[in-house]
Amino acid sequence: MLEVRKISKTFLPGTVNEKKALDRVSFSAHDGEFITVIGSNGAGKSTLFGAIAGSFPVDSGKIMLDGDDITRMPEYNRSRFFGRLFQDPMAGTAPGLTIEENLSLVLLQGRKGASAFSRIGRGDREMFREKLAELGMGLEDRLKQPVGLLSGGQRQALTLLLATLYPPKLLMLDEHTAALDPESASRIMKLTESIVRDSGITCIMITHNMQQAVDTGDRTFIMSGGRIIADISGEERRNMGVAELTELFRRSAGGDYANDRMLLAEEL
Amino acid sequence: MERIIRTALELGFGYAPVALALFLSFRVLDIADLATDGCFVLGAAVSVRMAAAGHPVLGMLLAIPAGMLVGIVSAELQTRLGIPSILAGIIVNTALYSVNLMVMGWRSNVNLIKEDSVFTLFKKVFHSPWSDLVMLAVFPLFIALFLRAFMSTRLGLSVRATGDNPVMVRASSIDTSAMIRTGLLMSSAMTALSGAAIGQYQKTVDINSGTGVVVIALACLIIGETVLGRRSVGKGIAGAVIGSIIYRFIYAFVFYTQLVPVQCLKLLTSAIVAAAIAIPHLREERASAAVTDVEEEEDA
Ligand SMILES: Nc1ncnc2c1ncn2[C@@H]1O[C@H](COP(=O)(O)OP(=O)(O)O)[C@@H](O)[C@H]1O
Ligand SMILES: [Mg+2]
Repeated sequence: MLEVRKISKTFLPGTVNEKKALDRVSFSAHDGEFITVIGSNGAGKSTLFGAIAGSFPVDSGKIMLDGDDITRMPEYNRSRFFGRLFQDPMAGTAPGLTIEENLSLVLLQGRKGASAFSRIGRGDREMFREKLAELGMGLEDRLKQPVGLLSGGQRQALTLLLATLYPPKLLMLDEHTAALDPESASRIMKLTESIVRDSGITCIMITHNMQQAVDTGDRTFIMSGGRIIADISGEERRNMGVAELTELFRRSAGGDYANDRMLLAEEL
Repeated sequence: MERIIRTALELGFGYAPVALALFLSFRVLDIADLATDGCFVLGAAVSVRMAAAGHPVLGMLLAIPAGMLVGIVSAELQTRLGIPSILAGIIVNTALYSVNLMVMGWRSNVNLIKEDSVFTLFKKVFHSPWSDLVMLAVFPLFIALFLRAFMSTRLGLSVRATGDNPVMVRASSIDTSAMIRTGLLMSSAMTALSGAAIGQYQKTVDINSGTGVVVIALACLIIGETVLGRRSVGKGIAGAVIGSIIYRFIYAFVFYTQLVPVQCLKLLTSAIVAAAIAIPHLREERASAAVTDVEEEEDA
Protein backbone atom coordinates (compact mmCIF):
# COMPACT_ATOMS: atom_id res chain seq x y z
CA MET A 1 0.00 0.00 0.00
CA LEU A 2 1.25 3.44 -0.97
CA GLU A 3 0.54 6.37 1.32
CA VAL A 4 1.33 9.90 0.25
CA ARG A 5 0.95 12.36 3.12
CA LYS A 6 0.87 16.09 2.54
CA ILE A 7 3.81 16.28 0.15
CA SER A 8 4.79 19.65 -1.24
CA LYS A 9 7.36 20.66 -3.80
CA THR A 10 8.34 24.11 -4.96
CA PHE A 11 10.71 24.41 -7.90
CA LEU A 12 13.23 27.26 -8.07
CA PRO A 13 12.19 28.73 -4.70
CA GLY A 14 13.07 32.36 -4.17
CA THR A 15 13.38 33.14 -7.88
CA VAL A 16 10.98 34.84 -10.26
CA ASN A 17 10.30 31.41 -11.71
CA GLU A 18 9.29 29.97 -8.35
CA LYS A 19 6.62 27.34 -8.93
CA LYS A 20 4.65 25.42 -6.36
CA ALA A 21 4.20 22.19 -8.30
CA LEU A 22 2.81 20.08 -5.44
CA ASP A 23 0.75 21.56 -2.65
CA ARG A 24 0.17 19.22 0.33
CA VAL A 25 -0.94 16.27 -1.78
CA SER A 26 -2.32 13.31 0.16
CA PHE A 27 -3.82 10.02 -0.95
CA SER A 28 -3.35 6.33 -0.45
CA ALA A 29 -3.51 3.59 -3.02
CA HIS A 30 -4.54 0.08 -1.99
CA ASP A 31 -2.81 -2.97 -3.38
CA GLY A 32 -4.04 -3.83 -6.83
CA GLU A 33 -5.81 -0.51 -7.31
CA PHE A 34 -5.68 1.12 -10.74
CA ILE A 35 -5.91 4.92 -10.56
CA THR A 36 -6.16 7.23 -13.55
CA VAL A 37 -5.08 10.85 -13.24
CA ILE A 38 -6.17 13.76 -15.37
CA GLY A 39 -5.34 17.45 -15.10
CA SER A 40 -4.31 20.32 -17.31
CA ASN A 41 -0.73 20.97 -18.31
CA GLY A 42 1.37 22.05 -15.38
CA ALA A 43 -1.08 20.68 -12.82
CA GLY A 44 1.76 18.75 -11.14
CA LYS A 45 0.94 15.24 -12.36
CA SER A 46 4.46 14.36 -13.51
CA THR A 47 5.91 16.06 -10.46
CA LEU A 48 3.81 13.75 -8.28
CA PHE A 49 5.42 10.74 -9.97
CA GLY A 50 8.85 12.31 -9.62
CA ALA A 51 8.27 12.81 -5.91
CA ILE A 52 7.14 9.22 -5.39
CA ALA A 53 10.04 7.85 -7.45
CA GLY A 54 12.56 10.11 -5.70
CA SER A 55 13.77 11.98 -8.78
CA PHE A 56 14.11 15.01 -6.48
CA PRO A 57 13.65 15.50 -2.74
CA VAL A 58 10.25 16.79 -1.62
CA ASP A 59 10.11 19.91 0.58
CA SER A 60 7.78 18.39 3.15
CA GLY A 61 5.46 15.48 3.71
CA LYS A 62 5.90 11.76 3.83
CA ILE A 63 5.84 8.89 1.37
CA MET A 64 5.16 5.47 2.87
CA LEU A 65 5.30 2.19 1.01
CA ASP A 66 3.94 -0.88 2.80
CA GLY A 67 4.44 0.93 6.08
CA ASP A 68 8.07 1.95 5.41
CA ASP A 69 9.00 5.60 5.16
CA ILE A 70 10.81 5.99 1.81
CA THR A 71 10.72 9.80 1.70
CA ARG A 72 14.51 10.15 1.99
CA MET A 73 15.54 6.96 0.20
CA PRO A 74 17.76 7.65 -2.85
CA GLU A 75 16.11 7.21 -6.23
CA TYR A 76 18.18 4.24 -7.36
CA ASN A 77 17.33 2.37 -4.15
CA ARG A 78 13.59 2.89 -4.22
CA SER A 79 13.25 2.38 -7.96
CA ARG A 80 13.26 -1.36 -7.38
CA PHE A 81 9.74 -0.94 -5.96
CA PHE A 82 8.54 1.05 -8.94
CA GLY A 83 8.04 0.73 -12.64
CA ARG A 84 7.76 4.00 -14.53
CA LEU A 85 6.91 4.75 -18.14
CA PHE A 86 7.18 8.16 -19.77
CA GLN A 87 5.58 9.75 -22.77
CA ASP A 88 8.91 9.55 -24.61
CA PRO A 89 9.29 5.96 -25.84
CA MET A 90 13.07 6.52 -25.92
CA ALA A 91 13.27 7.10 -22.17
CA GLY A 92 12.85 3.59 -20.82
CA THR A 93 15.35 1.54 -22.81
CA ALA A 94 19.04 1.71 -23.67
CA PRO A 95 19.14 2.18 -27.48
CA GLY A 96 22.69 0.92 -27.98
CA LEU A 97 22.01 -2.35 -26.19
CA THR A 98 20.17 -5.19 -27.88
CA ILE A 99 16.67 -6.27 -26.86
CA GLU A 100 18.22 -9.24 -25.09
CA GLU A 101 20.75 -7.04 -23.29
CA ASN A 102 18.08 -4.62 -22.10
CA LEU A 103 16.07 -7.52 -20.70
CA SER A 104 19.21 -9.12 -19.22
CA LEU A 105 20.14 -5.92 -17.44
CA VAL A 106 16.78 -5.71 -15.70
CA LEU A 107 16.56 -9.45 -15.05
CA LEU A 108 20.06 -9.70 -13.51
CA GLN A 109 19.62 -6.51 -11.55
CA GLY A 110 16.58 -7.91 -9.77
CA ARG A 111 17.73 -11.51 -9.45
CA LYS A 112 18.37 -12.66 -5.90
CA GLY A 113 21.90 -13.88 -5.35
CA ALA A 114 23.17 -12.58 -8.69
CA SER A 115 26.74 -11.28 -8.45
CA ALA A 116 28.20 -8.38 -10.41
CA PHE A 117 29.57 -10.91 -12.88
CA SER A 118 26.42 -12.99 -13.33
CA ARG A 119 25.13 -13.53 -16.83
CA ILE A 120 21.88 -14.82 -18.23
CA GLY A 121 21.41 -18.49 -19.08
CA ARG A 122 19.66 -20.42 -21.80
CA GLY A 123 16.43 -20.65 -19.80
CA ASP A 124 16.35 -16.89 -19.38
CA ARG A 125 16.62 -16.39 -23.12
CA GLU A 126 13.71 -18.78 -23.61
CA MET A 127 11.68 -16.79 -21.08
CA PHE A 128 12.53 -13.54 -22.93
CA ARG A 129 11.26 -15.09 -26.15
CA GLU A 130 7.98 -16.12 -24.55
CA LYS A 131 7.38 -12.76 -22.93
CA LEU A 132 8.22 -10.90 -26.14
CA ALA A 133 5.91 -13.16 -28.11
CA GLU A 134 3.07 -12.15 -25.79
CA LEU A 135 3.54 -8.55 -26.97
CA GLY A 136 2.53 -9.71 -30.43
CA MET A 137 5.06 -7.52 -32.24
CA GLY A 138 7.48 -10.09 -33.55
CA LEU A 139 10.20 -8.91 -31.19
CA GLU A 140 10.94 -12.50 -30.10
CA ASP A 141 12.88 -12.98 -33.35
CA ARG A 142 14.92 -9.80 -32.92
CA LEU A 143 16.68 -10.45 -29.61
CA LYS A 144 20.10 -9.55 -31.00
CA GLN A 145 19.06 -6.24 -32.53
CA PRO A 146 19.84 -2.90 -30.90
CA VAL A 147 16.73 -1.36 -29.36
CA GLY A 148 17.51 1.90 -31.20
CA LEU A 149 16.22 0.25 -34.36
CA LEU A 150 12.71 -0.34 -32.98
CA SER A 151 9.69 1.88 -33.60
CA GLY A 152 8.26 4.03 -30.81
CA GLY A 153 5.41 1.60 -30.18
CA GLN A 154 7.77 -1.37 -30.06
CA ARG A 155 10.08 0.44 -27.67
CA GLN A 156 7.21 1.39 -25.41
CA ALA A 157 5.98 -2.23 -25.40
CA LEU A 158 9.48 -3.37 -24.46
CA THR A 159 9.65 -0.70 -21.76
CA LEU A 160 6.39 -2.01 -20.34
CA LEU A 161 7.84 -5.50 -20.31
CA LEU A 162 11.03 -4.28 -18.63
CA ALA A 163 9.04 -2.37 -16.01
CA THR A 164 6.96 -5.42 -15.12
CA LEU A 165 9.52 -8.22 -15.56
CA TYR A 166 9.52 -8.29 -11.79
CA PRO A 167 6.07 -7.03 -10.81
CA PRO A 168 6.71 -3.70 -9.07
CA LYS A 169 4.78 -2.53 -6.03
CA LEU A 170 3.61 0.42 -8.07
CA LEU A 171 3.54 1.05 -11.81
CA MET A 172 3.52 4.73 -12.80
CA LEU A 173 2.45 5.50 -16.37
CA ASP A 174 2.98 9.10 -17.45
CA GLU A 175 0.97 9.62 -20.65
CA HIS A 176 2.80 6.59 -21.95
CA THR A 177 0.75 6.33 -25.13
CA ALA A 178 0.56 10.05 -25.94
CA ALA A 179 3.52 10.08 -28.34
CA LEU A 180 2.40 7.04 -30.32
CA ASP A 181 0.30 6.74 -33.44
CA PRO A 182 -3.35 5.79 -32.66
CA GLU A 183 -2.91 2.14 -33.57
CA SER A 184 0.21 1.64 -31.46
CA ALA A 185 -1.39 3.62 -28.66
CA SER A 186 -4.44 1.38 -28.45
CA ARG A 187 -2.25 -1.70 -28.66
CA ILE A 188 -0.02 -0.49 -25.80
CA MET A 189 -3.12 0.39 -23.80
CA LYS A 190 -4.48 -3.17 -24.23
CA LEU A 191 -1.12 -4.62 -23.23
CA THR A 192 -1.02 -2.36 -20.21
CA GLU A 193 -4.44 -3.46 -19.02
CA SER A 194 -3.76 -7.14 -19.49
CA ILE A 195 -0.33 -7.02 -17.80
CA VAL A 196 -1.63 -4.97 -14.88
CA ARG A 197 -4.68 -7.21 -14.47
CA ASP A 198 -2.73 -10.48 -14.72
CA SER A 199 -0.08 -9.52 -12.22
CA GLY A 200 -2.32 -7.52 -9.90
CA ILE A 201 0.11 -4.58 -9.81
CA THR A 202 -0.99 -1.31 -8.22
CA CYS A 203 -0.99 1.22 -11.03
CA ILE A 204 -1.34 4.98 -11.46
CA MET A 205 -1.81 6.23 -14.99
CA ILE A 206 -1.66 9.85 -16.08
CA THR A 207 -3.60 10.42 -19.26
CA HIS A 208 -4.94 13.33 -21.26
CA ASN A 209 -7.57 11.11 -22.80
CA MET A 210 -10.89 11.41 -20.93
CA GLN A 211 -12.17 8.21 -22.45
CA GLN A 212 -9.14 6.31 -21.16
CA ALA A 213 -9.53 7.97 -17.80
CA VAL A 214 -13.09 6.74 -17.27
CA ASP A 215 -12.74 3.36 -19.01
CA THR A 216 -9.55 2.19 -17.37
CA GLY A 217 -9.02 1.25 -13.76
CA ASP A 218 -11.20 1.80 -10.74
CA ARG A 219 -10.49 5.31 -9.46
CA THR A 220 -9.79 8.71 -11.02
CA PHE A 221 -8.00 11.79 -9.69
CA ILE A 222 -8.34 15.26 -11.12
CA MET A 223 -5.29 17.40 -10.41
CA SER A 224 -5.08 21.17 -10.58
CA GLY A 225 -2.60 23.69 -9.21
CA GLY A 226 -0.54 21.04 -7.46
CA ARG A 227 -3.49 19.47 -5.66
CA ILE A 228 -5.82 16.52 -6.12
CA ILE A 229 -9.10 18.36 -6.38
CA ALA A 230 -11.32 15.37 -7.07
CA ASP A 231 -11.07 11.70 -6.17
CA ILE A 232 -13.74 9.69 -7.92
CA SER A 233 -14.40 6.02 -7.31
CA GLY A 234 -17.10 3.41 -6.66
CA GLU A 235 -20.70 4.04 -7.65
CA GLU A 236 -20.06 7.65 -8.65
CA ARG A 237 -17.36 6.59 -11.08
CA ARG A 238 -19.30 3.67 -12.51
CA ASN A 239 -22.06 6.04 -13.55
CA MET A 240 -19.66 8.52 -15.06
CA GLY A 241 -19.12 8.99 -18.77
CA VAL A 242 -16.70 11.21 -20.63
CA ALA A 243 -19.21 14.07 -20.66
CA GLU A 244 -19.72 14.01 -16.89
CA LEU A 245 -15.97 13.74 -16.21
CA THR A 246 -15.27 16.63 -18.57
CA GLU A 247 -17.93 18.71 -16.90
CA LEU A 248 -16.60 17.89 -13.45
CA PHE A 249 -13.08 18.67 -14.62
CA ARG A 250 -14.15 22.01 -16.04
CA ARG A 251 -16.11 22.96 -12.95
CA SER A 252 -13.49 21.93 -10.43
CA ALA A 253 -10.60 23.40 -12.37
CA GLY A 254 -12.37 26.73 -12.75
CA GLY A 255 -12.83 29.03 -15.69
CA ASP A 256 -9.11 29.54 -16.21
CA TYR A 257 -8.90 26.17 -17.78
CA ALA A 258 -11.65 26.58 -20.32
CA ASN A 259 -9.07 27.23 -23.00
CA ASP A 260 -6.90 24.32 -22.05
CA ARG A 261 -5.64 22.29 -24.94
CA MET A 262 -6.82 19.11 -23.31
CA LEU A 263 -10.42 20.29 -23.06
CA LEU A 264 -10.37 21.56 -26.61
CA ALA A 265 -9.06 18.24 -27.76
CA GLU A 266 -11.93 16.51 -25.98
CA GLU A 267 -14.57 18.75 -27.49
CA LEU A 268 -13.33 18.42 -31.04
CA MET B 1 61.95 -5.19 -43.36
CA GLU B 2 61.10 -7.94 -40.91
CA ARG B 3 62.36 -5.69 -38.14
CA ILE B 4 60.14 -2.85 -39.27
CA ILE B 5 57.06 -5.08 -39.30
CA ARG B 6 58.00 -6.51 -35.95
CA THR B 7 58.44 -3.08 -34.42
CA ALA B 8 55.11 -1.89 -35.82
CA LEU B 9 53.38 -4.94 -34.37
CA GLU B 10 55.13 -4.47 -31.03
CA LEU B 11 54.07 -0.85 -30.75
CA GLY B 12 50.60 -1.65 -32.05
CA PHE B 13 50.01 -4.25 -29.36
CA GLY B 14 51.90 -2.22 -26.77
CA TYR B 15 49.61 0.80 -27.14
CA ALA B 16 46.47 -1.26 -27.85
CA PRO B 17 45.31 -1.29 -24.20
CA VAL B 18 44.98 2.51 -24.40
CA ALA B 19 42.68 2.14 -27.41
CA LEU B 20 40.71 -0.48 -25.45
CA ALA B 21 40.57 1.93 -22.51
CA LEU B 22 39.20 4.64 -24.79
CA PHE B 23 36.68 2.19 -26.18
CA LEU B 24 35.40 1.74 -22.64
CA SER B 25 35.52 5.36 -21.51
CA PHE B 26 34.73 7.19 -24.75
CA ARG B 27 32.55 4.82 -26.72
CA VAL B 28 30.81 2.95 -23.91
CA LEU B 29 30.59 5.59 -21.17
CA ASP B 30 30.66 8.60 -23.49
CA ILE B 31 33.37 10.32 -21.43
CA ALA B 32 36.44 11.82 -23.10
CA ASP B 33 39.00 10.94 -20.43
CA LEU B 34 41.72 13.56 -20.78
CA ALA B 35 43.66 12.12 -17.83
CA THR B 36 44.76 9.38 -20.23
CA ASP B 37 48.13 10.96 -21.13
CA GLY B 38 49.19 11.41 -17.52
CA CYS B 39 47.84 8.03 -16.52
CA PHE B 40 49.92 6.38 -19.23
CA VAL B 41 53.08 8.07 -17.93
CA LEU B 42 52.18 7.12 -14.36
CA GLY B 43 52.05 3.46 -15.38
CA ALA B 44 55.38 3.79 -17.14
CA ALA B 45 56.95 5.66 -14.23
CA VAL B 46 55.87 3.10 -11.65
CA SER B 47 56.96 0.23 -13.84
CA VAL B 48 60.36 1.60 -14.90
CA ARG B 49 61.21 2.96 -11.47
CA MET B 50 60.45 -0.42 -9.91
CA ALA B 51 62.42 -2.22 -12.62
CA ALA B 52 65.35 0.13 -12.01
CA ALA B 53 65.15 -0.92 -8.36
CA GLY B 54 65.27 -4.56 -9.42
CA HIS B 55 61.54 -5.44 -9.36
CA PRO B 56 60.32 -5.46 -12.97
CA VAL B 57 57.38 -7.84 -12.42
CA LEU B 58 56.22 -5.99 -9.34
CA GLY B 59 56.49 -2.77 -11.36
CA MET B 60 54.06 -4.11 -13.96
CA LEU B 61 51.66 -5.28 -11.27
CA LEU B 62 51.77 -2.04 -9.28
CA ALA B 63 50.96 0.02 -12.36
CA ILE B 64 47.46 -1.48 -12.30
CA PRO B 65 46.33 -0.17 -8.88
CA ALA B 66 48.12 3.11 -9.65
CA GLY B 67 45.94 3.47 -12.74
CA MET B 68 42.82 2.47 -10.83
CA LEU B 69 43.48 5.21 -8.33
CA VAL B 70 43.60 7.76 -11.15
CA GLY B 71 40.28 6.44 -12.48
CA ILE B 72 38.66 6.72 -9.07
CA VAL B 73 39.87 10.31 -8.59
CA SER B 74 38.59 11.32 -12.05
CA ALA B 75 35.24 9.66 -11.41
CA GLU B 76 34.82 11.23 -7.97
CA LEU B 77 35.57 14.70 -9.35
CA GLN B 78 32.81 14.17 -11.93
CA THR B 79 30.15 12.41 -9.94
CA ARG B 80 30.56 13.69 -6.40
CA LEU B 81 31.95 17.17 -7.00
CA GLY B 82 30.07 17.91 -10.20
CA ILE B 83 33.12 18.89 -12.26
CA PRO B 84 32.43 18.43 -15.99
CA SER B 85 34.19 15.30 -17.24
CA ILE B 86 36.54 17.06 -19.66
CA LEU B 87 37.67 19.50 -16.98
CA ALA B 88 38.03 16.71 -14.43
CA GLY B 89 40.37 14.93 -16.85
CA ILE B 90 42.45 18.05 -17.42
CA ILE B 91 42.73 18.67 -13.68
CA VAL B 92 43.83 15.10 -12.97
CA ASN B 93 46.24 15.17 -15.90
CA THR B 94 47.88 18.32 -14.62
CA ALA B 95 48.13 16.93 -11.10
CA LEU B 96 49.66 13.76 -12.50
CA TYR B 97 52.56 15.74 -13.95
CA SER B 98 53.78 16.39 -10.40
CA VAL B 99 52.86 12.93 -9.21
CA ASN B 100 54.78 11.35 -12.07
CA LEU B 101 57.87 13.44 -11.37
CA MET B 102 57.65 12.33 -7.77
CA VAL B 103 57.34 8.66 -8.75
CA MET B 104 60.38 9.10 -10.97
CA GLY B 105 62.36 10.48 -8.01
CA TRP B 106 61.98 14.13 -9.09
CA ARG B 107 63.76 13.49 -12.36
CA SER B 108 62.26 14.04 -15.79
CA ASN B 109 63.36 10.61 -17.00
CA VAL B 110 64.43 7.22 -15.72
CA ASN B 111 66.32 4.68 -17.80
CA LEU B 112 67.01 0.99 -17.48
CA ILE B 113 70.64 0.33 -18.29
CA LYS B 114 71.74 -3.07 -17.10
CA GLU B 115 68.67 -3.79 -14.99
CA ASP B 116 66.28 -6.53 -16.05
CA SER B 117 62.85 -5.77 -17.45
CA VAL B 118 60.00 -8.24 -17.88
CA PHE B 119 61.12 -8.39 -21.49
CA THR B 120 64.74 -9.37 -20.76
CA LEU B 121 63.48 -11.90 -18.22
CA PHE B 122 61.12 -13.41 -20.78
CA LYS B 123 63.85 -13.53 -23.42
CA LYS B 124 65.91 -15.71 -21.09
CA VAL B 125 63.27 -18.44 -21.27
CA PHE B 126 61.99 -17.76 -24.79
CA HIS B 127 64.98 -17.21 -27.08
CA SER B 128 63.56 -15.51 -30.13
CA PRO B 129 63.57 -12.08 -31.72
CA TRP B 130 59.78 -12.30 -31.41
CA SER B 131 59.77 -12.65 -27.65
CA ASP B 132 59.05 -8.95 -27.02
CA LEU B 133 56.09 -9.11 -29.39
CA VAL B 134 54.67 -12.17 -27.64
CA MET B 135 55.01 -10.41 -24.31
CA LEU B 136 53.42 -7.18 -25.57
CA ALA B 137 50.56 -9.02 -27.26
CA VAL B 138 49.58 -10.85 -24.09
CA PHE B 139 48.19 -7.74 -22.36
CA PRO B 140 45.78 -6.42 -25.01
CA LEU B 141 44.60 -9.89 -25.94
CA PHE B 142 43.90 -10.73 -22.33
CA ILE B 143 42.15 -7.38 -21.80
CA ALA B 144 40.12 -7.80 -24.99
CA LEU B 145 38.89 -11.25 -23.96
CA PHE B 146 38.14 -10.03 -20.48
CA LEU B 147 36.24 -6.98 -21.77
CA ARG B 148 34.25 -9.09 -24.20
CA ALA B 149 33.09 -11.37 -21.38
CA PHE B 150 32.59 -8.48 -18.97
CA MET B 151 30.25 -6.61 -21.32
CA SER B 152 27.47 -9.17 -20.94
CA THR B 153 27.67 -9.47 -17.17
CA ARG B 154 25.31 -7.63 -14.89
CA LEU B 155 27.98 -5.04 -14.07
CA GLY B 156 29.10 -4.73 -17.69
CA LEU B 157 25.55 -4.21 -18.95
CA SER B 158 25.01 -1.60 -16.26
CA VAL B 159 28.15 0.30 -17.26
CA ARG B 160 27.14 0.20 -20.91
CA ALA B 161 23.59 1.33 -20.21
CA THR B 162 24.93 4.19 -18.08
CA GLY B 163 26.65 5.65 -21.14
CA ASP B 164 23.59 4.93 -23.25
CA ASN B 165 20.60 6.03 -21.15
CA PRO B 166 21.41 7.03 -17.55
CA VAL B 167 17.75 7.78 -16.77
CA MET B 168 16.78 4.22 -17.55
CA VAL B 169 19.70 2.93 -15.52
CA ARG B 170 18.70 4.88 -12.42
CA ALA B 171 15.15 3.62 -12.88
CA SER B 172 16.60 0.09 -12.78
CA SER B 173 17.97 0.65 -9.26
CA ILE B 174 21.53 1.13 -10.46
CA ASP B 175 23.81 3.88 -9.12
CA THR B 176 25.15 5.57 -12.25
CA SER B 177 27.99 7.20 -10.28
CA ALA B 178 29.22 3.78 -9.25
CA MET B 179 29.09 2.66 -12.88
CA ILE B 180 31.15 5.65 -14.01
CA ARG B 181 33.63 4.87 -11.24
CA THR B 182 33.80 1.24 -12.32
CA GLY B 183 34.29 2.12 -15.98
CA LEU B 184 36.98 4.73 -15.38
CA LEU B 185 38.74 2.50 -12.86
CA MET B 186 38.99 -0.21 -15.49
CA SER B 187 39.95 2.05 -18.37
CA SER B 188 42.61 3.85 -16.33
CA ALA B 189 44.07 0.53 -15.23
CA MET B 190 44.36 -0.50 -18.87
CA THR B 191 46.03 2.77 -19.81
CA ALA B 192 48.53 2.50 -16.96
CA LEU B 193 49.27 -1.11 -17.86
CA SER B 194 50.00 -0.06 -21.42
CA GLY B 195 52.37 2.63 -20.11
CA ALA B 196 54.02 0.07 -17.86
CA ALA B 197 54.62 -2.31 -20.75
CA ILE B 198 55.84 0.36 -23.16
CA GLY B 199 58.13 1.84 -20.49
CA GLN B 200 59.94 -1.40 -19.77
CA TYR B 201 59.95 -2.32 -23.48
CA GLN B 202 61.67 0.95 -24.38
CA LYS B 203 63.77 0.80 -21.20
CA THR B 204 62.93 4.39 -20.46
CA VAL B 205 60.26 6.72 -19.21
CA ASP B 206 60.16 10.43 -19.86
CA ILE B 207 57.82 12.87 -18.14
CA ASN B 208 56.52 13.94 -21.58
CA SER B 209 56.21 10.48 -23.10
CA GLY B 210 52.43 10.54 -22.73
CA THR B 211 51.80 13.61 -24.86
CA GLY B 212 49.15 12.85 -27.47
CA VAL B 213 48.52 9.30 -26.30
CA VAL B 214 44.79 9.98 -25.91
CA VAL B 215 44.40 11.44 -29.40
CA ILE B 216 46.39 8.63 -30.96
CA ALA B 217 44.27 6.06 -29.15
CA LEU B 218 41.14 7.79 -30.43
CA ALA B 219 42.55 7.64 -33.94
CA CYS B 220 43.20 3.91 -33.46
CA LEU B 221 39.64 3.41 -32.27
CA ILE B 222 38.29 5.25 -35.29
CA ILE B 223 40.53 3.34 -37.71
CA GLY B 224 39.30 0.09 -36.17
CA GLU B 225 35.68 1.16 -36.50
CA THR B 226 36.23 2.13 -40.10
CA VAL B 227 37.65 -1.31 -40.84
CA LEU B 228 35.27 -3.46 -38.79
CA GLY B 229 32.18 -1.29 -38.27
CA ARG B 230 30.61 -0.18 -34.99
CA ARG B 231 27.63 -2.44 -34.78
CA SER B 232 28.59 -4.80 -31.97
CA VAL B 233 30.65 -4.79 -28.82
CA GLY B 234 32.85 -7.60 -30.12
CA LYS B 235 33.69 -5.61 -33.22
CA GLY B 236 34.38 -2.50 -31.19
CA ILE B 237 36.84 -4.36 -28.99
CA ALA B 238 38.57 -6.16 -31.85
CA GLY B 239 38.59 -2.88 -33.77
CA ALA B 240 40.49 -1.11 -30.99
CA VAL B 241 43.32 -3.67 -31.15
CA ILE B 242 43.37 -3.86 -34.94
CA GLY B 243 43.15 -0.08 -35.29
CA SER B 244 46.10 0.29 -32.95
CA ILE B 245 48.19 -2.05 -35.09
CA ILE B 246 47.17 -0.39 -38.36
CA TYR B 247 48.08 3.00 -36.90
CA ARG B 248 51.61 1.81 -36.13
CA PHE B 249 51.99 0.45 -39.67
CA ILE B 250 50.92 3.81 -41.04
CA TYR B 251 53.42 5.42 -38.68
CA ALA B 252 56.22 3.07 -39.83
CA PHE B 253 55.30 3.72 -43.46
CA VAL B 254 55.48 7.46 -43.01
CA PHE B 255 58.68 7.15 -41.01
CA TYR B 256 60.53 5.11 -43.59
CA THR B 257 59.20 6.71 -46.75
CA GLN B 258 59.33 10.25 -45.34
CA LEU B 259 56.09 10.85 -47.25
CA VAL B 260 55.40 13.57 -44.73
CA PRO B 261 57.91 14.60 -42.08
CA VAL B 262 57.41 12.38 -39.03
CA GLN B 263 57.22 15.49 -36.87
CA CYS B 264 53.93 16.26 -38.64
CA LEU B 265 52.35 12.96 -37.71
CA LYS B 266 50.62 14.32 -34.62
CA LEU B 267 49.14 17.12 -36.70
CA LEU B 268 47.91 14.54 -39.18
CA THR B 269 46.56 12.30 -36.43
CA SER B 270 44.67 15.17 -34.84
CA ALA B 271 43.18 16.16 -38.18
CA ILE B 272 42.04 12.57 -38.76
CA VAL B 273 40.42 12.36 -35.32
CA ALA B 274 38.70 15.74 -35.67
CA ALA B 275 37.42 14.82 -39.12
CA ALA B 276 36.25 11.37 -38.07
CA ILE B 277 34.27 12.77 -35.15
CA ALA B 278 32.96 15.72 -37.16
CA ILE B 279 31.75 13.80 -40.21
CA PRO B 280 28.80 11.96 -38.61
CA HIS B 281 27.76 15.25 -36.99
CA LEU B 282 27.94 17.17 -40.27
CA ARG B 283 26.03 14.41 -42.02
CA GLU B 284 23.26 14.72 -39.45
CA GLU B 285 23.15 18.48 -39.84
CA ARG B 286 22.98 18.16 -43.59
CA ALA B 287 20.15 15.64 -43.23
CA SER B 288 18.14 17.90 -40.92
CA ALA B 289 18.86 20.89 -43.19
CA ALA B 290 17.46 18.86 -46.07
CA VAL B 291 14.31 18.17 -44.07
CA THR B 292 13.88 21.90 -43.39
CA ASP B 293 14.34 22.63 -47.08
CA VAL B 294 11.57 20.23 -47.98
CA GLU B 295 9.29 21.79 -45.39
CA GLU B 296 10.02 25.25 -46.69
CA GLU B 297 9.29 24.17 -50.22
CA GLU B 298 6.00 22.70 -49.10
CA ASP B 299 5.14 25.91 -47.33
CA ALA B 300 5.96 27.97 -50.38
N1 LIG C 1 12.50 20.50 -12.79
C1 LIG C 1 11.65 21.56 -12.77
N2 LIG C 1 12.14 22.80 -12.59
C2 LIG C 1 11.31 23.86 -12.55
N3 LIG C 1 9.98 23.78 -12.72
C3 LIG C 1 9.45 22.57 -12.92
C4 LIG C 1 10.25 21.41 -12.96
N4 LIG C 1 9.43 20.33 -13.18
C5 LIG C 1 8.19 20.83 -13.26
N5 LIG C 1 8.19 22.17 -13.10
C6 LIG C 1 7.00 23.03 -13.10
O1 LIG C 1 6.09 22.50 -12.18
C7 LIG C 1 4.77 22.56 -12.70
C8 LIG C 1 4.16 21.18 -12.75
O2 LIG C 1 4.81 20.43 -13.78
P1 LIG C 1 4.41 18.95 -14.16
O3 LIG C 1 4.31 18.14 -12.94
O4 LIG C 1 5.37 18.48 -15.20
O5 LIG C 1 2.97 19.13 -14.82
P2 LIG C 1 2.05 18.08 -15.57
O6 LIG C 1 0.81 18.00 -14.75
O7 LIG C 1 1.77 18.69 -16.91
O8 LIG C 1 2.77 16.79 -15.68
C9 LIG C 1 4.87 23.23 -14.04
O9 LIG C 1 4.58 24.59 -13.89
C10 LIG C 1 6.31 23.04 -14.43
O10 LIG C 1 6.75 24.09 -15.24
MG1 LIG D 1 3.47 15.77 -17.38
